[in-house]
Amino acid sequence: MSVQLGDLTCPVPHAETERVLLGHGSGGQLSAALLRDVIGPALAGGGTGSMAEDAAVLDLGTGGTLVFSTDAFVVNPREFPGGNIGDLAVNGTINDVAMMGGRPMALSLAYVIEEGLPVDELTRVTAAVGRAAAEAGVPVATGDTKVVGRGAADGIYVITSGVGLAGTARPAATRARPGDVLLLSGPLAAHGMAVMSVRENLGFESEIRSDTRALHRLVADVLAAAPDTHVLRDPTRGGLASALNEIAAVARVGVELDEQAIPVDDPVRGACELLGLDPMHVANEGICVAFVPADQADAALAAMRARPEGAAATVIGEAVSEHPGRVTVRTLVGSRRIVDMLVGEQLPRIC
Amino acid sequence: MRYLNEYRDPVLAKAIVRELHRTATRPWAIMEVCGGQTHTLVRQGIDEVLPAGMRMIHGPGCPVCVTPLEQIDRALAIAGQPGVIFTSFGDMLRVPGSHTDLLSLRARGADVRVVYSPLQAVQLAEANPDRQVVFFAIGFETTAPANAMSVLRAAQLGLTNYSVLVSHVLVPPAMRAILDAPDNEVQAFLAAGHVCSVMGVSEYVPIAARYRVPVVVTGFEPLDLLDGVLRAVRQLETGRAEVDNAYARAVATDGNPAARAAIERVFEVSDRAWRGIGVIERSGLRLRPEYAGYDAEPRFSVTDITAREHPDCIAGEILRGIRTPMDCPAYGDGCTPRTPLGAPMVSNEGTCAAYHAAGRRRPAPGTDAGPPPTGSPSDAAPPAGSPSDAAPPATSPAGVDPHLEGSRR
Repeated sequence: MSVQLGDLTCPVPHAETERVLLGHGSGGQLSAALLRDVIGPALAGGGTGSMAEDAAVLDLGTGGTLVFSTDAFVVNPREFPGGNIGDLAVNGTINDVAMMGGRPMALSLAYVIEEGLPVDELTRVTAAVGRAAAEAGVPVATGDTKVVGRGAADGIYVITSGVGLAGTARPAATRARPGDVLLLSGPLAAHGMAVMSVRENLGFESEIRSDTRALHRLVADVLAAAPDTHVLRDPTRGGLASALNEIAAVARVGVELDEQAIPVDDPVRGACELLGLDPMHVANEGICVAFVPADQADAALAAMRARPEGAAATVIGEAVSEHPGRVTVRTLVGSRRIVDMLVGEQLPRIC
Repeated sequence: MRYLNEYRDPVLAKAIVRELHRTATRPWAIMEVCGGQTHTLVRQGIDEVLPAGMRMIHGPGCPVCVTPLEQIDRALAIAGQPGVIFTSFGDMLRVPGSHTDLLSLRARGADVRVVYSPLQAVQLAEANPDRQVVFFAIGFETTAPANAMSVLRAAQLGLTNYSVLVSHVLVPPAMRAILDAPDNEVQAFLAAGHVCSVMGVSEYVPIAARYRVPVVVTGFEPLDLLDGVLRAVRQLETGRAEVDNAYARAVATDGNPAARAAIERVFEVSDRAWRGIGVIERSGLRLRPEYAGYDAEPRFSVTDITAREHPDCIAGEILRGIRTPMDCPAYGDGCTPRTPLGAPMVSNEGTCAAYHAAGRRRPAPGTDAGPPPTGSPSDAAPPAGSPSDAAPPATSPAGVDPHLEGSRR
């Protein structure tokens, strides 16, 4: 193709507004803008869920309350240390349902397959789907398969939806309150760096494995131990920074983090350092952050730590009434800086 | 983690800050040359805990920021041509040219790829013999050896479909240009540690002697920066102007001879334009005549492209350390990392982006800036005529900040 620079009419500043950029899918500010400016307005009136949540909570009247979520998985590479696109989809959707207090009941599974995908790979992906669903005890109840021509998709896309029944606990981003203690169930940034190390063929000496795993059992234990838990969120795309900024914005609270307390495994930290990436902006697929009232925080932390997937759980900060909508972190010389959402794609820096 | 955790020890950091407060008796102005150092300073808020009146002037050492606009337009013109695979380090992709940027060009169909090493670009050329692979060879002495190696490797492989768009600059000439400027306020330098790890420290001896400025070769971790500042202040307080290697764990006195040899084999010193500063004599590198066949500019006929900067952008003054982002009316408003007017807002290492990433915001005109944070030199002495330019402290209410509010909805 040829791009004629003279044909581009964008005036300076030329923020691209006519085309979707890759950064629009990164879970940061560009994603938020797309929801706000394009998708949200068209669905206004028809939608029942909050755009700030990863799942909708639907009141069935006498029949209880349903939690409903859907997600499309387009990860490249499709297979990475610690998982593949199949178990990633299952775990991701289970987690989205769980974070709203839902007990996941069933999943749907749809494939969009590019002509030419090796059947072996489809078998591996589907085996991972089956394994993850069985381990989680959440069956795939319905599904669909489509095949498109070569070049119309990249290998395989996996779309999963999940439904669950909500209990009495109703964690939601809007419920964060000053005084809440912030718990993180495990170390940051493993999934994003595992995928990047394979995609970019970085050849790190130590293998970084994705943290993809289902968190519904951990969530159930946390909600049993701390039923007043205000917010649960799995910080996927956009990382912890984007998740906390979204929560701070909708709940009108400030968030103060202790940088030294935020766990990052050494190989992951090293990879982030090397590439100039902030672990707080890197995707996770197997940890959650919880906003818990102070009087139940110890119980919630103990419940997390009692499960293998939460063994490294720790307190990372608190919600405050100051600077509502902002997330700050205390630096090692004692000053504070604001932790912002990721802007677009995270781009490795030069040196 | 070894070599990282030791240099991020909060107890030691606070001890050095206390020592700095005991040592400094005057409002010294120290320039950290490298954008990576700026990033650490701002990220850790080190510039906010300096003794009253003392300030850090952020230097021109961001490779993305000083790459001239017309060079970016040339990159865009090449990347838009059919059959080209345009490769670049990641953070060049968002830098705005006159009309667009590489990311937007990619969204419109151009084949633009991020590489982590220029040798990856050579591998791409080897694997795609029917395509032209171009690497955007920018940066300081730090990236020059690897970029030179890519040309040597392409020559060794006999590749005819690999070329480099060169925009290499050198640190010492820029330091001299800053010191020669009549409005210079820099009294000491923290030299860029990784540049010195390639080039050694000898280039700075004549600069320290001629201009009577201390030059402390400094690393990039928080304790490196604090130690560098303390060493510079000790020299200033005692009237010394020496080259001091505070980054000996990475910098040998004569640098890395093998890396220097690679640079010298492929490149020669030339005049170079710096974005926002202008042409500085003998301040850059170009391909030697024997490697001119790997020059992308004649190959793609983009030599004639010229460009003009956005009139609101004060990048030049920011790169020379004369003004800070807080002095810029566009900062945080017309100019954000999403909609950058100039390069310092683009790269992680750019001064404007470092300020923005650390949440430093200009209050809207006519609103209360909030109480100034203690010990912040830029707030203690705001530039004349800009009383509302103080950086709002992290504790100021979000209500005063419409830009931040808008970005979260």
